[in-house]
Amino acid sequence: MTETLVPFDEVLERYDPALGFEVHVELNTVTKMFSSAPNAFGDVPNTNVNEVDLGLPGVLPVVNKAAVESSIKIGLALNCKIAEFCRFARKNYFYPDTPKNFQTSQFDEPIAYDGYLDIELSDGTVFRVEIERAHMEEDAGKLTHLGGATGRIQGADYSLVDYNRAGVPLVEIVTKPILGAGERAPELAKAYVAAIREIVKNLGVSDARMERGNVRCDANVSLMPKGSSTLGTRTETKNVNSLRAVEHAVRFEMERHAGVLDAGQKIVQETRHWHEDTRSTTSGRPKSDADDYRYFPEPDLVPVVASPEWVEELRAQLPEPPAERRKRLKAEWGYSDLEFRDVVNAGILDEIEATITAGASAAVARKWWMGEIARRAKLAEVEPAELGISPAVVVELQGLIDSGKINDKLARDVLDGVLAGEGSATEVVAARGLEVVSDDGALQAAIDEALAAQPDVAEKIRGGKVQAVGAIVGGVMKVTRGQADAARVRELILKTLGVEG
Amino acid sequence: MNELTKLSADALASKLAAGEVSSVEATQAQLDRIAEVDGDIHAFLHVNTEEALAVARGIDEKRAAGEELHHLAGVPIAVKDMIVTVGQPTTAGSKILEGWHSPYDATVVKKLRAAGMPILGKTNLDEFAMGSSTEHSAYGPTRNPWDLERIPGGSGGGSAAAVAAFEAPLALGTDTGGSIRQPGAVTGTVGVKPTYGGVSRYGAIALASSLDQIGPVSRTVLDAALLHEVIGGHDPQDSTSLTDPCTGLVDAARQGALGDLSGVRLGVIKELGGEGYQAGVEARFQESLELFRSAGAEIVEVSCPSFSYALAAYYLILPSEASSNLAKFDGVRFGLRELPKDGPLTIERVMGATRAAGFGEEVKRRIILGVYALSAGYYDAYYGSAQKVRTLIQRDFDAAFSQADVLVSPTAPTTAFKFGEKMADPLAMYLNDVATIPANLAGVPGMSLPNGLAEEDGLPSGIQLLAPAREDARLYRVGAALEAMHEAAWGGSILDKAPLLNGASAGNTPQLHTPDLGGK
Repeated sequence: MTETLVPFDEVLERYDPALGFEVHVELNTVTKMFSSAPNAFGDVPNTNVNEVDLGLPGVLPVVNKAAVESSIKIGLALNCKIAEFCRFARKNYFYPDTPKNFQTSQFDEPIAYDGYLDIELSDGTVFRVEIERAHMEEDAGKLTHLGGATGRIQGADYSLVDYNRAGVPLVEIVTKPILGAGERAPELAKAYVAAIREIVKNLGVSDARMERGNVRCDANVSLMPKGSSTLGTRTETKNVNSLRAVEHAVRFEMERHAGVLDAGQKIVQETRHWHEDTRSTTSGRPKSDADDYRYFPEPDLVPVVASPEWVEELRAQLPEPPAERRKRLKAEWGYSDLEFRDVVNAGILDEIEATITAGASAAVARKWWMGEIARRAKLAEVEPAELGISPAVVVELQGLIDSGKINDKLARDVLDGVLAGEGSATEVVAARGLEVVSDDGALQAAIDEALAAQPDVAEKIRGGKVQAVGAIVGGVMKVTRGQADAARVRELILKTLGVEG
Repeated sequence: MNELTKLSADALASKLAAGEVSSVEATQAQLDRIAEVDGDIHAFLHVNTEEALAVARGIDEKRAAGEELHHLAGVPIAVKDMIVTVGQPTTAGSKILEGWHSPYDATVVKKLRAAGMPILGKTNLDEFAMGSSTEHSAYGPTRNPWDLERIPGGSGGGSAAAVAAFEAPLALGTDTGGSIRQPGAVTGTVGVKPTYGGVSRYGAIALASSLDQIGPVSRTVLDAALLHEVIGGHDPQDSTSLTDPCTGLVDAARQGALGDLSGVRLGVIKELGGEGYQAGVEARFQESLELFRSAGAEIVEVSCPSFSYALAAYYLILPSEASSNLAKFDGVRFGLRELPKDGPLTIERVMGATRAAGFGEEVKRRIILGVYALSAGYYDAYYGSAQKVRTLIQRDFDAAFSQADVLVSPTAPTTAFKFGEKMADPLAMYLNDVATIPANLAGVPGMSLPNGLAEEDGLPSGIQLLAPAREDARLYRVGAALEAMHEAAWGGSILDKAPLLNGASAGNTPQLHTPDLGGK
């Protein structure tokens, strides 16, 4: 099926996008949502299960209190109201990854509701996303379809089921329709999911690793003609599992919707699958508002009662929210708006903070992380934090520079040594003999040699053209492999030639 | 019949404690009785011969070694096959679980094991406990020991018949709308549905989660109290279980047996009686009211007007919850797997074929009803309305319990009917539970105890006692008092009047079932 995509700029000439997100956050509780089986990732299939997770006849669920606490914390961090009394419901549907053939979830009584999250975009604009609800539910098992070309069930010979993930606690965060994002829609999508990930990680309630599915986003997109206020038909792109993919998926769907609408056709309300390789979506299953899950209150569970005292106790345990922390750090460090935004966008706030804590000044920390380390990270195609340079190394290097033992250029060689596992910065300096040559005798020999090699330049300098001294300095630095203190070299050259600096 | 099998559990326990008899002897006597009569009764789906004897032997050894044991240690018991057991099959009376063995024990079974009670086997039931006659078992019906042409009640007909036929002194049942009490009434046994949450449901295959309750089946009120105290109490694996146990049940039974009910107010539920109730059942009920008066109780009439909607509400809530609870029986992870005759082997088709082959008609009927009642657009009209009725019924109970300590009614409108009589008319069958259902909807405890024989057919009738939630002890006190007066009047237990069935010939029993003393 060929899709007619409308270029993004043109989409915005004719349409306003409406977004909506359902973000699933896997909680990192010790045990599962309704059973005492371990909540662990990556173990041998079907080992972290008990009779409850397998939905055997006669079993009953029991709510995990730690999961409820995590859910309340998420609700509070999203500025939500917390329900004093809420129930679970059964969402009935048949699928082999759901052992009971219903999912225990929350339906009309979510634990948290009516919140918001202020999202700061890359240029500093703040966009408020309203949160409709955050509710608790359990994850399904994992199906692996084998024998087919695509890994999907269509064309597969058989499927394997791993119930290790079945019953893992989830919080599903649902936004209200997000209007007015315009051209920022794809960026907002990415920033929103990033903010959720940051919040749950900061709360310590989730490992928040998107590549492991700890945070999964379903992105709803619809378009309405400019000037209209009636929401268009939406599509839901399922399980987008990286920030970049969220951004691309929203952009793609906007371009695709515009193509369909421009052709006078209707958008089909359906789920879509995201394909990272082609950066496109394909049709999933139709999803109408009339999907009948036959919800009813879960009779095997008593209601969850969150007393105001308990909620306040949990609120008192909340760490500083990421946005407030950023505001505080910016003030403490004295960075300009632009400097600070660059640091945030580079994702190295934690590293800079750690470097400052380790003894560096704010300016020095920024210089290293935004400079040499960022440069190397870009070359290595990794995040700066993943390069393996610890804040302590940065502090040590800067100390060596400040004490005159090495210069900036030598510091890069020292860093090479540290990364190559040759030891600490000081050890590398010693082992590689990188210390700045400060022995005047040794320098004098090199200076005499350089002056002899360029007698004409020496003559110019003697004649008063002091700026020509640079050429001689360069020659000396070359001979000493950069290990000389350029200022001292300059001084000695002038002294040798009897010229006043 | 070995006289040991005629002993009450309490009497047997005393003999065991005194060393007059061993648990192996008592257990073997029950196994012999099962071998003798169960070909006629078919109360058991599985007989657990070797394990029961091994447990009995273990208890005898512990007793010989002077270990302190539970009062009921060594007293054998039968367990309704709706409750999962390690080491024995659990079928729920359904083909879909034929041959399935649970890898875990129900909490109540753990408690029986902890008390040292040998489990004789698993008793027959209507498939997934859906029915009032035990005719809906996929493994053939159980027969009423009073008359083999008649039903033993349902769904726990197997447990009631086993106790009535002296195959076991005690049994466990499950009661969703009367499945312990109604079989109790028609077999002349005592059956108790505890307060909802008073006994853990963990390991009882769910029919309708908000209604189900495990409870004791016995021949005396005291025996039921003894068993109730074994199985009751909080279970962290059942979040609907009460945190504080209902206590003082045995004491209440012993106190009640002294026969003094002065100061007790008994409320006769106006709506449960009269039209539709068999004359003999009514007559015995009126006589018992006189007995209560003679014991000093005050009789008041109470009205529960919403009870007229109870049956309708129940038959919406039960199938709704059941349709969801039974969804797990899909041929994927356990139990039967049936492959479609032809065509592709997709999961939907395997599931369809399995459920088509594995579920019986009544189960399919109720699943369809439940799916319909929960579906969008009908939810409010059906399930939602039924829940509102439930609230009204709870209010009726609250009002009635402000006037009376215990409510009384006949347990079932009629004595046991004949096989097949109501098979073609499910609604007529459902009416049998009209008096027992309100207790399940409200979560209050209820007891049925023998109330004499109806003169027109000579069959047992039952009287039902209902108490407020957590006040189970009141049932035992009032029940034991009535039982004592009855035994004085009858010169013993009503079951003494039941046919002995000794050496019943194969010829006298019909082709309704195949004896299954299996265990293989």
